[in-house]
Formats: sequence, C-alpha cells, structure tokens
Amino acid sequence: MSKIIVVTSGKGGVGKTTTSASIATGLALRGHKTVVIDFDVGLRNLDLIMNCERRVVYDFVNVINGEAALSQALIKDKHSDKLFILPASQTRDKDALTQEGVEKVLNELSKTFDYIVCDSPAGIEHGALMALYFADEAVVVTNPEVSSVRDSDRILGIIHSKSKRAAMGLEPIKEHLLLTRYSPERVKRGEMLSVQDVEEILSIPLLGVIPESQSVLTASNQGVPVIHDEISDAGQAYLDAVARLLGESKEHRFLDLPKKGFFKRMFGGTA
Amino acid sequence: MRFWDYFRTSKPSTASMAKERLQIIVAHERGSHAQPDYLPKLQQELLDVISKYVQINRDDVQVQLDRNDSCAVLELNITLPE
Ligand SMILES: Nc1ncnc2c1ncn2[C@@H]1O[C@H](COP(=O)(O)OP(=O)(O)OP(=O)(O)O)[C@@H](O)[C@H]1O
Ligand SMILES: [Mg+2]
Repeated sequence: MSKIIVVTSGKGGVGKTTTSASIATGLALRGHKTVVIDFDVGLRNLDLIMNCERRVVYDFVNVINGEAALSQALIKDKHSDKLFILPASQTRDKDALTQEGVEKVLNELSKTFDYIVCDSPAGIEHGALMALYFADEAVVVTNPEVSSVRDSDRILGIIHSKSKRAAMGLEPIKEHLLLTRYSPERVKRGEMLSVQDVEEILSIPLLGVIPESQSVLTASNQGVPVIHDEISDAGQAYLDAVARLLGESKEHRFLDLPKKGFFKRMFGGTA
Repeated sequence: MRFWDYFRTSKPSTASMAKERLQIIVAHERGSHAQPDYLPKLQQELLDVISKYVQINRDDVQVQLDRNDSCAVLELNITLPE
C-alpha cells in the first residue's frame, strides 16, 4: 500500500509544482519508491521542472483512456532510479480526468510505489478536486499573503467535506501547512504575515517554511528540483520538510534574519 | 528599517491589518460554508416558541454551528427587546 500525498493550494502560482517536484525527489532520495503525477491537465509544467519535457510520449489521460499502458507513460527520473513522473496531457480538457479513471491509475500505482505525490492545478474546480479526492495526506502550499491564506482555508474546507475520506467517513486527510516564499526581513518590517499569523489563522500543523529564494528560479531554469541544491536555503528547507513528512522532528529554520549590529540596523541594514 | 522609521513605530503594520482582515473573512466563510441545512428551520421554530412569550424579529434570533476537531458547538444568540 502506498501513501497518496496531494500538494494543493487553491490559489495559483504559490509554489505547488516547485513543491511537488522537491518533495517527490526528497522522498526518493530517502529511498522511497515515489511517483509524482501532474494533475494540471492542459497546462502541464511538472515535466519542465523535472527536466523530462522532451521524453513525454504518453500522459496521464492516455492511460486513463486506455490508449497507453501505465508503464509506457511513466518517465524515470534522471537522478534517481526510485523516482518516476506521470505527466499531464497538454491538449485535453480537464474533464478527461474522471474519478473512476483516476482511481484506476492510483490503484495500479499503489501496487509498486511507496509514495504517490499529486501536483494539483490551481482553483477549486474539477481538476483540483480529482487531485485531492483520494489523498491520505495534504500539503497545503501557502504564501504569506491575504488571498493565498484565504484560498488555503477554502481548499481545507473542500478537503474536509469533499474528499473520499470525508465522503466515506474515514479518518480525515492529514493536513500540513507549507509556507513558501517567506521573507523574514519583510516580516520584521511588519510588511508580511508571519509564520505564527498564518498558523493561527489556518490552524493546521506546520510542515515547513520555504524562504523566498533565488535558488528556486535557478533550479527551474536548469530543470533540477531545488531540493538537489543542498547549499541553498530553499533546498535545505525542502530537505527538512521531507524529513518531517517522514515523521522526524526537525527544528524550523530560516524564520529569522541573521543578527545585525546596532549601526547596521540604524543605517541601511536592509540590504 | 530606515533611520526615520525608527521613530515611527506606533503605526499599525500592514501585516497586522492583513491578519485582522483574514481572521474576520475566514471565520465568516467557514461559518457559511459548513452550516447544516436544518439550521434555518431550527431558527424558525425557535422564533415561533419565543414569540409566544415576547415580541421579537427574525433577526433577533441567530443560530450558528461551530465545529472544531473534537466537538461541535451550537451557538444561539437571542436578543430580547428593551
Ligand atoms: N521559495 C520560492 N522562492 C522564490 N520563488 C519561488 C519560490 N517558490 C516558487 N517560486 C516561483 O513562483 C512561481 C510559481 O511556482 P510554481 O509553478 O511552483 O507554482 P504553482 O502553484 O505550481 O503554480 P500553478 O498554480 O500555476 O500551477 C515560479 O516562478 C517559481 O519559480
Ligand atoms: Mg503548478
């Protein structure tokens, strides 16, 4: 039996695909056989972030429609032989993901994989619903910003009411808050919601805080999930988050600015 | 923080405004999404009973269900006239 983890947010562009790629990679690096599925039908991007865009032949919808076998559509990661990618279709419309079809594919994947990571599309429509429906755990990606927090709260409401676990009265989906694009400097200046603020509003356990980091763009330019960049703050923050997902306790990092001297604080210490 | 900002710390930060606004809207939206459908009827029947004894308006009876992890709280708010 495998564990199904959905990476979701409601709001678009907050870092779901970045997070899916890094979490899936991190789980594989830790020795777990992992597949990451792109649910963003029509707007696939995970293939680019994982640098396998030129190897896509068949996709998720082909498998659902019986046009290709699962083994033909799965792409093996270049860095890890424990990691596979199931790309989204570039052309179809979102309704191509039927609940029965998704269930069939997930059932087949759970025979061989330890973890199934589902990269959700933005929004609260069909695609997002399909991505979270069968989940055991949810990583709710949130930026410290009003509309993102509000949308996270809405997606939590949907997890509570519309997931399979909710519909069948099973144990609820385990929820994790992942705060991304965090800037301790702006929090200190009172310009950005703090981790504590967001935790207080959403009241779900904190999985990690990923700082706003140039390394994320560098990584996506190269098609290497940022978790491989072990020197970068974002890479380390993702490594920590994966460890916590696996049940380890790790102190949260990158929440504060490095301490500065008095003069630096008084005279232009913001750079 | 710039030099002059050092002397202007009393102004509420935009982050705290954001937090306050979020707390209000999130509480409101949680309430409206998750209300069971028997609440309007419950409200009406309460109104009928109370109206036997005092004169009140529909708006004076507020019924809301709050759920958290372990329990649900039914909150009745009845405002009686002076
Ligand atoms: N920690 C971070 N620091 C800096 N930039 C980031 C960070 N996380 C994500 N980004 C940037 O934000 C943008 C959106 O990221 P991403 O594509 O992962 O979001 P998404 O939630 O999957 O978007 P969509 O809703 O469109 O699927 C990208 O340009 C990415 O490089
Ligand atoms: Mg995405």
